[in-house]
Amino acid sequence: MSSTTGDAVLPTTSTPSIAVIETAGKKARKRLTSPWASLIAVVLAVLWTAPTFGLLITSFRPRADIDGTGWWHFFTKPTFTLDNYREALSSGSGGLGTNFINSIIITIPAVLIPISLAALAAYAFAWIEFKGRNLLFVCVFALQIVPIQVTLIPLLSLYVDAGLNGTFWTIWLSHTMFGLPLAIFLLHNFMKEIPRELIEAARMDGAGHVQIFFKVLMPLLTPALAAFGIFQFLWVWNDLLVALTFAGGTPELAPLTVSLANLSGTQGNAWHLLSAGAFISIAIPMVVFLSLQRFFVRGLLAGGLKG
Amino acid sequence: MTARNHRRRGLSLAGMAALALFASACGGSSADNDTAGGDPSKAPVAGCEEYTQYGDLSGKTVTVYTGIVTPEDAQLKATWAPFEKCTGATIKGEFDKTFEAQILVRAKAGNLPDIAIVPQPGLLQTLVKTGKAVAADQATTDMVDKNFSASWKGYGSVDGKFYAPPQNASMKSLVWYSPKEFTEKGYKVPTTLDELMTLTETIAKTGKKPWCAGIASGEATGWPVTDWMEDFMLRTAGPEAYDKWVNHEIPFNGPESTAALEEAGKYLKNSKFVNGGYGDVKSIASTTFQDGGLPILKGNCSFHRQASFYAANWPKGTTVAPDGDIFAFYLPGKAATDKPVLGGGEFMLGFRDAPEVHAFQAYVASATWANLAEQGGGGRCATPNKNADPAKAAGCSDIDKLAISVLQDPNAVFRFDGSDAMPSAVGANSFWKQATNWITGQSTKDTVDKIEASWPK
Repeated sequence: MSSTTGDAVLPTTSTPSIAVIETAGKKARKRLTSPWASLIAVVLAVLWTAPTFGLLITSFRPRADIDGTGWWHFFTKPTFTLDNYREALSSGSGGLGTNFINSIIITIPAVLIPISLAALAAYAFAWIEFKGRNLLFVCVFALQIVPIQVTLIPLLSLYVDAGLNGTFWTIWLSHTMFGLPLAIFLLHNFMKEIPRELIEAARMDGAGHVQIFFKVLMPLLTPALAAFGIFQFLWVWNDLLVALTFAGGTPELAPLTVSLANLSGTQGNAWHLLSAGAFISIAIPMVVFLSLQRFFVRGLLAGGLKG
Repeated sequence: MTARNHRRRGLSLAGMAALALFASACGGSSADNDTAGGDPSKAPVAGCEEYTQYGDLSGKTVTVYTGIVTPEDAQLKATWAPFEKCTGATIKGEFDKTFEAQILVRAKAGNLPDIAIVPQPGLLQTLVKTGKAVAADQATTDMVDKNFSASWKGYGSVDGKFYAPPQNASMKSLVWYSPKEFTEKGYKVPTTLDELMTLTETIAKTGKKPWCAGIASGEATGWPVTDWMEDFMLRTAGPEAYDKWVNHEIPFNGPESTAALEEAGKYLKNSKFVNGGYGDVKSIASTTFQDGGLPILKGNCSFHRQASFYAANWPKGTTVAPDGDIFAFYLPGKAATDKPVLGGGEFMLGFRDAPEVHAFQAYVASATWANLAEQGGGGRCATPNKNADPAKAAGCSDIDKLAISVLQDPNAVFRFDGSDAMPSAVGANSFWKQATNWITGQSTKDTVDKIEASWPK
């Protein structure tokens, strides 16, 4: 922004209050776009990305080089290999291949189940009058405070009693439980923002709750659903604790994070595989995040502001 | 005995039923050809002779949970394969580095594996006390009696009841030295504690400080001294007193333990003997345990007492072999025939009372298994199984071979690292701290008194 002093004097025709707002906006913009601010932003971005970049380079270096020198030596003595990826993916040394599939099997239901339940619950909390609604909503909201660690042992014994242990259901249900309070809260706030007139008009036209939910609200909810979807996806994909507790090291159930934790070996001497393992594990979240990124920001702003 | 016969009959009945089921259910895997079945008259398939005693376990599954992960999980699985092939059972491994924390969670919630490979006697006791562990059956107990010394059986038992057969072991009673120096100077590997002292004095007379040590290890600074003291406690006071000392049946500042620390102090606190390559006695406290033995390579000292894992600490290009740059000898006992060994090991604790689980426990306790483990090489080499064939260990590292020979010695009396078994207020706190103070000048008497005072009442 190069236009500066002239703008502040210009709005003579508009009302004073608007002028004040405009100048404030300009000032803020001016301040934020100063070359210093840009410089700081660039420096921060570089500092933030450098370790990840180093990890990426490390993942392509031969083992001897990883053990011997830092990743920056790549620029003076470039060596390139795909062996780390091959070794990390192959099942011979506790590979990541099967676990990759497991991660997908775990993540998709663990995202879809809480979203569908939360959307229905949020609708009820937002648009259906019933006794004790506010109290119940506060209770659901308050459940976010419960740390998941205290629930692990009781939950596991419930699963064992129900005969669910050793199946994906334990992980799906746990993630659903842990995700629901936040999901209901976010979606409820988003739904509350939709003008009452819209709902009432639909009701006047004879729509019931089901029709209102699917025909009126669903199209408007997409950004919020996508935002929470990404949230839940990243949380489930990167989760180690829940998977470890409920699936253990069972090869048929364990997601990527569990085998990533074991990848370095009993004595930790295979740590050269970790960088490749890390990049294998972030590939899917990167795709998901980049493709849904615009919903992410919009949905968060929409749902989170109103309390 | 009647109960046992009953179980046997049940086993063979179940075996036959399983076989019938298996035969009708197509099969197709190689397993069905090899199952000799519960019928003893039928000749076993070649290569499976040693496995007939476990019976036919077709269709049965045993889950094994362990903290052993890559690359040793593959070595472990390789030792299970012949058992699976010959008995028809499936062994399902769960390999998880967080085993020690998770097994307690799973025990509390009731989500237990059939067998857990437990690396600590303390954890074993905790798990048995949950009431969910299953005692070993007669066949397993017989196998362990045949193949292992009484001390190993003792560590697998809780309150006199035998639960868990041992699997692999590691060894701490080692002194690292330079074989080259020994050949050049004509030194001989000492076989008694007195010979060790004489050799130490001989080397000290040449003006070289014979020993080097390092005990710095962040918050755990001091732990190598606890190993020193445990080794000398075992040697000067004997295994019985050692057990009483670990269980606090005799006080920490009693005459036996005071004498043991004094004995260790004859090496560690003698400024003529330490700290080769680094300085005076006090420099032991500021040298990291990883660096502790490295001066041997430069010829600045001759001896470094550290466990077998130290083999990984030598720089690249160092040959660790009886005729190489570096090797280790067994820290000798009082007499040449005394073989007290300090170390660690793993135990197969069962949680399900089923023939296939007992059969698998017995199998791991057998010499057949130990030979397979030695053949596989790598981290599964060191076995305390007396009847394992040392010739099978050709592919193992020289340090593992040494460990096997000491562990298999008929006179070997094995003891676990005692500080691990003491309450953590002592074993992971005051013992380390006071040991460090002891190195930096505190008297032996003050040291043992202060540790005794810190013992939880």
